[in-house]
Amino acid sequence: MPSDSMPLLDVRHLRTSFFIPPGGEARAVDDVSFTVEAGRTLGLVGESGCGKTMTALSILRLVSPPGRIVDGEVIFDGRDLLRLTEAQMRALRGNEIAMIFQEPMSSLNPLFTVGDQIAEAVRLHEGLGRQAARARAIEMLRLVEIPEADRRVDDYPHQLSGGMRQRVMIAIALSCRPRLLIADEPTTALDVTIQAQILDLLQSLRQRFDMALLLVTHDLGIVAERTDEVAVMYAGRIVERGRVAEVFAHPLHPYTRGLIASVPKIGARKQRRLATIPGVVPDLLHLPSGCRFRDRCAIAVAACSTTDPPLEPHRGEHLAACIRAGEPLPARGPAEGRGAPP
Amino acid sequence: MSWWRWLRGGGVPVVGSAAILIAFYLMAVLAPVVAPYDPGEQNRAFPNCPPSVLFVRPLRDWGQSILATHPYRLADPAARRYEILADVTAPVRLLYAGRLFTTPAGEPRYFLMGTDSLGRDLFSRIVFGSRVSLAVGIIGVTISFTIGTLVGSAAGYLGGQIDNVVMRVVEIEMALPSFYFLLALAAVIPPRLSPAATFLLIVAIMSLISWSGFARIIRGLVLSLRSLEYVDAARALGASRWRIIVRHIIPGTFSYTVVAATLGIPSFILGESALSLLGLGIQEPSASWGNMLADAQNVQNLVKYPWILIPGAFIFLTVMSFNFLGDYLRDRLDPRSGIR
Repeated sequence: MPSDSMPLLDVRHLRTSFFIPPGGEARAVDDVSFTVEAGRTLGLVGESGCGKTMTALSILRLVSPPGRIVDGEVIFDGRDLLRLTEAQMRALRGNEIAMIFQEPMSSLNPLFTVGDQIAEAVRLHEGLGRQAARARAIEMLRLVEIPEADRRVDDYPHQLSGGMRQRVMIAIALSCRPRLLIADEPTTALDVTIQAQILDLLQSLRQRFDMALLLVTHDLGIVAERTDEVAVMYAGRIVERGRVAEVFAHPLHPYTRGLIASVPKIGARKQRRLATIPGVVPDLLHLPSGCRFRDRCAIAVAACSTTDPPLEPHRGEHLAACIRAGEPLPARGPAEGRGAPP
Repeated sequence: MSWWRWLRGGGVPVVGSAAILIAFYLMAVLAPVVAPYDPGEQNRAFPNCPPSVLFVRPLRDWGQSILATHPYRLADPAARRYEILADVTAPVRLLYAGRLFTTPAGEPRYFLMGTDSLGRDLFSRIVFGSRVSLAVGIIGVTISFTIGTLVGSAAGYLGGQIDNVVMRVVEIEMALPSFYFLLALAAVIPPRLSPAATFLLIVAIMSLISWSGFARIIRGLVLSLRSLEYVDAARALGASRWRIIVRHIIPGTFSYTVVAATLGIPSFILGESALSLLGLGIQEPSASWGNMLADAQNVQNLVKYPWILIPGAFIFLTVMSFNFLGDYLRDRLDPRSGIR
């Protein structure tokens, strides 16, 4: 469904680097562009260290030294966030754009009750008094389906289970009805059944508030099930982008195909070894010339070490950054999985 | 958990310490009631009188008091030797004339802990002196810890130039030999200042000297606190830096602060005692446990009138109690000690 209106979030050529003395620059986010439509979900997927969390933090300008946003535009609702003052950003954070983090136990302050922490957001942005804020906190707890909300509101984080704490985090994030929610690996620390519940909750809340969701994760399963669009990141770059069904049905970039192939499948024909992508993610301070993935790519050719492939459309709105996008992988290559499309 | 059960977990030392401190602070607050006599009142007829004996006597009629004492008589003024008048019985009344215990006017006096060289009742002076010594601890710690927390938190959280400047100031202050610095500042206090003003100046000087060490530790604690995830989460909420410091960082330092404060109060008490002992702190005729010990510096006095060392026992008990409590608090609050 093509966007007929301006996207809610339009990230253009975002670059965030870490400056390591004596003069090294690690480009954690290197020319990243994507959009998130209002009310839709974008999954940002990749290995640990690929830059997806830094991208999320850069959107909210929460990058701390020695990291720094170097270039680009982050256009939210028509305004470039990178040009706003810190005070304007603070008014935005928690209010129009909210973020939830990976570890719910450490993201909640152990010294305050969960009610206090939910109330903090509304008191900050909407100026509510203590009673009104507490009422809103209870309302939010009910919204995230925490039973006995009026008693739980006075509990401390350590009195809650992991799943409930994550619900509390969601309650805090949603308390001011943001237009965009950035979820950084929200279920990584939870077990699978709770994972499903939390994702269901996010989905229903998203629909209810017509909220856009940027879901950062390394779990392809979550991306396949729960997102509308997906962007695959590798070593600071987006290597493939498109609608989820399309990308999973026809993965173009060798990395994406390797990721999909490496998911163990129950009932697959007997394989002696799990499929893996050989090698490790390159050191950001010493990137290979040309394509960053070429050292691990099963179909790399000479041209891959000289040209840095741009992210371009190959199948309609499905983009990939590979000069051999869509070409078949070698039959017995370790990155081969079952049913890799020709 | 209730305070009582929490204290009981520490056993006799902790409960005893808490009891002693509560008793002492009550004594300080209710000094005019607890002290049998005016601390400045000199009984010229009884210099360096030993502590009187107290005994219980059978009631002969209702108006009489149960407690009585045998007064002393100065037998040898030159040698200050006393003898007990065993045949004379003087009443000691409880809850009389607005005091916890005292002797009626005109009757011989009861000196619970003897008198000093000017004949002033030692116990009354100890009671009034407790006000100075105990208040110094609390007020001094409050001032120095407040300054230390604010400065240390700001330096630790804000970093950069602020941190640089603050830490250099702290280091300079720590490099000064504190006791001599204290002596120098105390010697500059005008001698004719009122006791209250002298007291406040002493407290202020001691606080200003001691806040720096505490600030440095708090800064270190804040450096580790600020990288905790809930600080990031608070920033993602849109909280300003100041709000994060006050609401998230500073409360995170409380577990350290409470223990350090409990263990820091004794050093203030001892500091004031040392100053007063040297004649630089609270001046005569005001009482402070420190300046009462000045008399005890003379060994001959000490041997002849050992009761003048009693203020030292009070200092000792106070300091020990704070230390026991502080150690117990630290054991209980340290998440790594395994005792919760």
